[in-house]
Amino acid sequence: MHPIRKKRLTIVLFLLAGIGVAVALTTYALRQNINLFYDPSQIAAGEAPRDVRIRAGGMVEEGSVIRDPDSLKVEFRVTDFNSSVPVEYTGILPDLFAEGQGVVAMGKLDGQGRFVADQVLAKHDENYMPPEVADALEKASKAQPKAGETAQSPSY
Amino acid sequence: MWQFFHKLGSPKWFYGIATRLMPWLLVVGAALLLAGVVWGLAFAPKDYLQGNSYRIIFIHVPTAFLAQSVYIMMAVAAVVTLVWRMKLADVFVKAVAPVGLVLTFLALFTGAVWGKPTWGTWWIWDARLTSMLILLFLYGGVIALDRAINDEKSAARAVSVLVLVGVVNIPIIKYSVEWWNTLHQPATFKLTEKPSMPAEMWVPLLLSVLGLYFIFGWLACLRMQTEIIFREQRTRWVKDLVMAGRP
Repeated sequence: MHPIRKKRLTIVLFLLAGIGVAVALTTYALRQNINLFYDPSQIAAGEAPRDVRIRAGGMVEEGSVIRDPDSLKVEFRVTDFNSSVPVEYTGILPDLFAEGQGVVAMGKLDGQGRFVADQVLAKHDENYMPPEVADALEKASKAQPKAGETAQSPSY
Repeated sequence: MWQFFHKLGSPKWFYGIATRLMPWLLVVGAALLLAGVVWGLAFAPKDYLQGNSYRIIFIHVPTAFLAQSVYIMMAVAAVVTLVWRMKLADVFVKAVAPVGLVLTFLALFTGAVWGKPTWGTWWIWDARLTSMLILLFLYGGVIALDRAINDEKSAARAVSVLVLVGVVNIPIIKYSVEWWNTLHQPATFKLTEKPSMPAEMWVPLLLSVLGLYFIFGWLACLRMQTEIIFREQRTRWVKDLVMAGRP
């Protein structure tokens, strides 16, 4: 390679490495601000500030949803399977809200460790499947383990 | 070997190749894209959780994928411009930046339309959405910087440096969903694993991504040809070409 071009290429590589390191350090330093939400373990460990608007995210615990019959008030627990946080919300929930589904709630932690939310968003994962397959998988997981293996095998 | 490289940089040579290539790119691209989108929107099974609203993935993923790919291609071209001073690389960056801008906008727009019914919000400042918005601004910045400098050579160098500075954003977009807590779900397609959807969903998705690549190739050739004719308007071969096109 021509020496001048070699020199230019070196400069370009140094430029890229420099920017890469700078951005990596910045995002590392700001990681707590970049994280959209605190998970229940962080809240339980006291990492989340109190009386400041924050987001809490995790799974809606199975069997924890209590709807108030007279209003739009809902109570449920958000869990990451290590710790869980009680959440209180008044308003319309997104369609995908269900037990066992992911949610991100925005609100404040009160004195008793309850999370009072003013917005609840649903979070879904990257797995997509036809309804029949989802049904089959659910049946399989309820049946005995041996039957489950055969039920999971069709076409994919 | 270097001679071939320099031939590749000749605008006249590229113009000829592009003319021959373009019909193929358009036909193959349109066929793949049409097949993928129609299959995805009309015939693929619906999702167990989101029902039919997940189908926007067949437009969202291809545009988002291309938006990032185009930027990486521009970054490679920027290195070539800075190190080898190849004219064609600069022509490429200038020609495809607006295409990338439109693709990024479409990805953000379809994402918002998808987010409203599934998440419950049009927009949220999570790492994936924000880094994608930065990509939109980068494309805008590249176009603006190029327009702002009149001298072709200084514009090419300034734009190349900007493109290279911005390329750090690409891994941030890609890994944002893994490095930080985001509302956006992780990628469905991964290089090392099987896609997390059945074949009758990922095959049409793959077809539309491939189709959009071909369509992008066609658009890039078309826009590069226009830019080449404009830049080389005083040369003999362009004058001949234009005269030959007249009745």
